[in-house]
Amino acid sequence: MNFLIGGRYVGGSFDVESLVENLLGQLAGHQAILVNVYDVTNSSDPLIMYGNQYEEGDVSLVHESKLDFGDPYRKHQMICRYHQKAPPNWTALSTAILFFVILLLIGYILYGAGNHIVKVEDDFHEMQELKVRAEAADVAKSQFLATVSHEIRTPMNGILGMLGLLLRTELNSTQRDYAQTAQACGKALIALINEVLDRAKIEAGKLELEAVPFDLRSILDDVLSLFSEKSRHKGLELAVFVSDKVPDIVMGDPGRFRQIVTNLVGNSVKFTERGHIFVKVHLSENRKPVTNGKHETYRNGGSEEVVHASGGYNLKTLSGYEAADERNNWDNFNHLIADEEFFCDASTKKVASNEFYEQVTLMVCVEDTGIGIPFSAQDRIFMPFVQADSSTSRNYGGTGIGLSISKCLVELMGGQINFISRPQVGSTFSFTADFGIFKKNPITEVKKVNYEDLPSSFRGLKAVVVDGKPVRAAVTRYHLKRLGIQVKVANAINKAVSLCGKNGASSTGLFQPDIIFVEKDSWVCGEDGIFSVRQLDWKQNGHIFKMPQMILLATNISNDEFDKAKSAGFSDTVIMKPLRASMVGACLQQVLGTGKKRQLGKEMPNGSTSVRSLLFGKKILVVDDNVVNRRVAAGALKNFGADVKCADSGKAALEMLQFPHKFDACFMDIQMPEMDGFEATRRIREMERTANEETNSECGERKSEFHLPILAMTADVIHATYEECLKCGMDGYVSKPFEEENLYQAVAKFFQTKPTSVDS
Amino acid sequence: MNRLLSFLFHQGVLDEQFLQLQQLQDETSPNFVYEVVNIYFHESEKLLRNLRALLMEREFMDYKKLGIDLNQFMGSSSSIGAKRVTNVCVAFRVATEQNNRAGCFRALEMLEHEYCYLKNKLHELFQIEQQRALAAGVRYPVQNE
Repeated sequence: MNFLIGGRYVGGSFDVESLVENLLGQLAGHQAILVNVYDVTNSSDPLIMYGNQYEEGDVSLVHESKLDFGDPYRKHQMICRYHQKAPPNWTALSTAILFFVILLLIGYILYGAGNHIVKVEDDFHEMQELKVRAEAADVAKSQFLATVSHEIRTPMNGILGMLGLLLRTELNSTQRDYAQTAQACGKALIALINEVLDRAKIEAGKLELEAVPFDLRSILDDVLSLFSEKSRHKGLELAVFVSDKVPDIVMGDPGRFRQIVTNLVGNSVKFTERGHIFVKVHLSENRKPVTNGKHETYRNGGSEEVVHASGGYNLKTLSGYEAADERNNWDNFNHLIADEEFFCDASTKKVASNEFYEQVTLMVCVEDTGIGIPFSAQDRIFMPFVQADSSTSRNYGGTGIGLSISKCLVELMGGQINFISRPQVGSTFSFTADFGIFKKNPITEVKKVNYEDLPSSFRGLKAVVVDGKPVRAAVTRYHLKRLGIQVKVANAINKAVSLCGKNGASSTGLFQPDIIFVEKDSWVCGEDGIFSVRQLDWKQNGHIFKMPQMILLATNISNDEFDKAKSAGFSDTVIMKPLRASMVGACLQQVLGTGKKRQLGKEMPNGSTSVRSLLFGKKILVVDDNVVNRRVAAGALKNFGADVKCADSGKAALEMLQFPHKFDACFMDIQMPEMDGFEATRRIREMERTANEETNSECGERKSEFHLPILAMTADVIHATYEECLKCGMDGYVSKPFEEENLYQAVAKFFQTKPTSVDS
Repeated sequence: MNRLLSFLFHQGVLDEQFLQLQQLQDETSPNFVYEVVNIYFHESEKLLRNLRALLMEREFMDYKKLGIDLNQFMGSSSSIGAKRVTNVCVAFRVATEQNNRAGCFRALEMLEHEYCYLKNKLHELFQIEQQRALAAGVRYPVQNE
């Protein structure tokens, strides 16, 4: 309550407490505030002047403020506090906590990241170091390989060299066969070393294929001969068949091709204990799956019925054992050959369509009846250094590189390799490869080609092959066909007899074999057949037929069987499988007695027969001042069948060459004292000129000129220049001592080949 | 023909030409190799003596003559397949072309050494051959030539 009268001060009485409370109420908001005023003149004993002395309130938060009532002798203080304790501020707390947690988390993440980075860096450094070490190890490995292989190659070359020398001496066919096999094995060993090096080369991406012409069939023969001993030892049948449509010579890399086939056949031989290993080559377009399994009658002289035995033994495969890939059994094989025969009869052997294409794709199958590959391992076998099982290396040997190299090589040749395998039945590996066609121009030297020199003396012979297993018989037929022999196949001996002994009304129904080849298995089964051959009446229609030679074919033969065979009338020579055309030829030569043994030993690679045919019977003058050289040259020329006279100087030669003389050629040494070869030749040419002029002036129509072919003999082909020789009138030069090829080429220019009686 | 021959091949003393010589031996000339080698020895000894005499001359200038004899020797050696001897001759010839007297001397000595070695070994070879022929004759006393 207050009074204001006339603008002068008035007094009023206030209820301070309610005033304060109202004010506080308005100011304090929601919270009750307690106010105490103390008189603190005496600081240890505050006198309460206002407020409830006993209400404590929340003494944690206290606000003190000084009051000044204007009294200088007294101090006053006001203390405000909350009535109720402030509740803990949850929001702030939780915010703080959350913030703290977030900070923690962030800190942890950063820490983790930092750790990770450090770890990664450490790993990186470690990897770098390891990488350096690995590269060093790789380099060391390559160096090691190169060194070791060189070390191994040196004595190997010694061995091969000695074998080469051995092969030049006189050996009989068995010895020659052994020595050649030893040589082939030595070469195979070197090949193995090269294989390991190849692996390194492939890894470095540095492998290149060459493209040269080569003979497929002879490569396959070589590969087979490598394994002949081992397969014979194991009792396996090893055979190769190349379809007729495959050209004789193809362009490609023979070494690599051989490598692939060797690898596959080697694997087969390793993993097969019984049955056969059969290598087939044909054009890849021919592979038509046979939908109908009907057995056509084969144009073979009637269809033979083969008894199907239950169980795996008598299936129509090479050895009778079941093979993994049924496509190689007789039905399809039969169709394949039948197709080819049809084509061969209808057109000439050169398939005309091939000339339009640059390439030919061949498919090669290697079928074996071995232990097969377990299904679990089948997707891994082409990986390097992987073998089907960890025990494989221990049991069977090998390093596991071969297949992976083969795969790489096949792919480089533009083909694919795959396989079908059934455990305990066998495996069939097949691959395709592209080869170029070899275009034979008469200009290119055929000598460059790996042409196999098969003896040609058997062309036109007729033979009968007796074999119960048709696939095997077809293989035998193929080899004999390569030698030019016509073959008919018979199932058993009595059938063969009926084949030859036909009482045909016309002579075309008759087949007069010169040789009968009997497979040992077929003979053992039908022993009485032999006697029927012997008893066969060989006199028919008034002609007396020559009793054909009987030759046994066998994979292996014991002494008893051999004796039995000989007593039954077979010839002494048994042809051992696997068949190689060259081996068959050699054995036939022995049996049929063509060619003297002396010539067999003297047959050198290009055939001394060729130089012999040029020089036989020719009169030759050898001029050399050195008596040793004269003897050697004369001896060599006499060996070729020439008639040789010697002169020891240029002068003597001139005397001997006075007209008329009967010499056909002259070999003249260049470096002679007094009158050297050039001078002597010049004089001879002068003599010839004067003689020619005389004869031509006498009878003007005669055109013949005297010109003696003169060849220079020189030890230094480098020093004697060709121009020098030509200038003085020589016709060429040969090296001293004589080299056969060189001699042949030089002499062939003016002598014609004469058929000689000694050749057969 | 046994270890001695292959040993000689391995050492490079003989080469394929010697084998060719052996192949020239047959029924019409049964002792071909022996005869040729004997002729070779005869000639070579003459040549070697000439060469030595030439080089020993106090005022030796005639490398050409040396070269001629040397060529003869080289020719006959290569005809019978005496490889090592031929190689030494080649080196000798190089020395003569360079008019290098000391080199020629060295080459001549090496030549004589190689030649002696060859001669001994070939004699040994012939002895073995003879013994073998005798032994064969003893085993088949009844033989119609």
